[in-house]
Amino acid sequence: MKISAFHLMPHRELPADFEKRYPSVWVTPPWWELADPARVGQYYNWTLDELLFAARAGFDGVCTNEHHQNAYGFMPSPNIMGAVLAKATNDLPVAVVQMGATLPTQNPPVRVAEEYAMLDCISGGRLIAGLPLGSPMDVNLCYGITPMEHRERYREAFALVLKAWQAREIFAWNGKYTQLAHVNLWPRPIQQPHPPVWVPGSGSISTFDFAVDNDVCYCFLSYSGAKSAKGMMDGYWNVVTKKGRDANPYRAGFLQLVTVAETDAKAEELYAKHVEYFYHKCLHVPAVWFSPPGNQDYRSLEATARNPIRRPENPKDLRYRDFVEKGYVISGSPATVRQRLQEEVVKDLRVGNLMVLLQIGSMPHELTLQNMDLFSREVLPSLRPVWENEGWVNHWWPEKLRARFEPAPRMAG
Amino acid sequence: MSSLNGLDARTVAVWTGKVRLRVLSKGQGPALLFFHGPWGLHWSPFLDALAQHYTVHAPEHPGTTPGAPDDIGHLDNLWDLVLCYDELLDALGLERAPLVGHSFGAMVACELAAAYPRRASKLVLIDPIGLWRDDAPVTNWMMLNTQEMAGHIFRDPAGAAARVLFAQPEDEAARVTAQVGLTWSMGATGKFIWPIPDKGLKKRIHRVKAPTLLIWGAEDRIVPPVYAEEFARQIAGATVETVKEAGHAPHLEQPAAVAESVRSFLRS
Repeated sequence: MKISAFHLMPHRELPADFEKRYPSVWVTPPWWELADPARVGQYYNWTLDELLFAARAGFDGVCTNEHHQNAYGFMPSPNIMGAVLAKATNDLPVAVVQMGATLPTQNPPVRVAEEYAMLDCISGGRLIAGLPLGSPMDVNLCYGITPMEHRERYREAFALVLKAWQAREIFAWNGKYTQLAHVNLWPRPIQQPHPPVWVPGSGSISTFDFAVDNDVCYCFLSYSGAKSAKGMMDGYWNVVTKKGRDANPYRAGFLQLVTVAETDAKAEELYAKHVEYFYHKCLHVPAVWFSPPGNQDYRSLEATARNPIRRPENPKDLRYRDFVEKGYVISGSPATVRQRLQEEVVKDLRVGNLMVLLQIGSMPHELTLQNMDLFSREVLPSLRPVWENEGWVNHWWPEKLRARFEPAPRMAG
Repeated sequence: MSSLNGLDARTVAVWTGKVRLRVLSKGQGPALLFFHGPWGLHWSPFLDALAQHYTVHAPEHPGTTPGAPDDIGHLDNLWDLVLCYDELLDALGLERAPLVGHSFGAMVACELAAAYPRRASKLVLIDPIGLWRDDAPVTNWMMLNTQEMAGHIFRDPAGAAARVLFAQPEDEAARVTAQVGLTWSMGATGKFIWPIPDKGLKKRIHRVKAPTLLIWGAEDRIVPPVYAEEFARQIAGATVETVKEAGHAPHLEQPAAVAESVRSFLRS
């Protein structure tokens, strides 16, 4: 089992009435009213410090991601953050998990291949190459990509990046969206034939097929917890089986929000307001923006209209205890968190590559470090051996880091 | 050719057969082409009124014809779309005809008239998109929910005209068809204009030679009426008629008045 610390780099100090005053946290929040560059510089530095703290505390990986024009998580360039992390963790057996640079908005997309190769070189072969499709808010609304071309652009860019890393000869790429007469990547990644590839998704069936066909790790980035992800992940594993792949749990990644304290009551006292801030403010986006016309293909559109399976309750109607009860957030004492993570997330969803979000919404720096510290000491060691006895190899992890805690995992009680 | 609610319906395949376009036709007299807007083709009292004097041919934009949603994947850009319509006119045996369009369809009609000036005997543009002014941005209706969209398109978002576009049939299957059809229609037309509906018409519009009538809803909240001046300035001899008590779809909210304007313009 590999456990990585994920970070969004959110605005931590939005006004209390933010969601009433402004129509959206994404695309249109007014910078001049809501943010201050010096303070934002502090957020970026806290974010880096928190991820470095996690790396030193024994997490297996540190994750960054790309989003634009928002207060929910604003690392427009995850590779700038990744470069700092790669350099600063060169003495640690930790993976640099880029979750990552959004492919359809890179022009030309070989830029992602280049920057990832740089990160792999700088980190000595510790890169995990997340190749995300990008959210419709980022790709269609902020970066102007036509919704109907979003997936097609992604698939072409994905093929180009994989080929650019591996080709022995200079090649010409005559694509629909990218034309390059001489692709000859400098540098190439250390990891051969290429760094492990993760494809993040939000439950779309066409992404399952794509992930399995390309033999990558599919990562479900959900904020609604494992209970509501169960049907989705079962769907993924069905595709894995149907396409004749093995049931290696490392084919699956999952993102879970986690907060730990000495007791369940203490966790509520410390974290409730930050969890509510996250769900009430950081996810405040008009529903239609998640799927502008053309972003879903016709068949998915029909399926959704006929069978509106995912009509989750409005998070704005929920409070901390609801989020915990429903598993959106796993929160409580180390014993509670260990048990729920193992049962609901790791085993029920069959997840080998777990990502945990430990800085949530308005959570301040010190409290974040406290959450990370407690998690790394009291929860993480118990998760590591979970898949051990089944003998799977994590092909989706940098080879030099795979055996870090095997065969004798370092246990902390 | 088959019949659909009293209309002739035929499907014409263009683009080496890869793009199937259903064309609804009705009426008697000289041919007239009508290009619908981003929300799909709805045969309306406006088209009925025109059909009393003309043979109205109304093609569905690529991808919006029932049963052929993926045909849109064969067209990459506006240039492909204009060529498709050139092929369609050949297939219909029409060398030259009055071209009438609404919103996105008016932009298509204008592009066609600029690319093939001899194809358009006259041009009627109802609240067209296609130009851009920084001081009066065109609203991106694809970012609005249904309720907001109705409020932007129609002067009266609860009126009969709005109910035609945003029908919510009781029957489950019909409801799904309507909902999916509306979204897909916006996606398939939006493909040619995202994220800003200025795809170079300003460079080509001088090629329009046909006498042109611009019809604008006085309360258009998608494309503000200042664009009427913009189009009129760029098309030689164009005239503008503003329709009172109408928004972005004056031919749906004021069908009789708009049909009368079109008729008298075409007769002149």
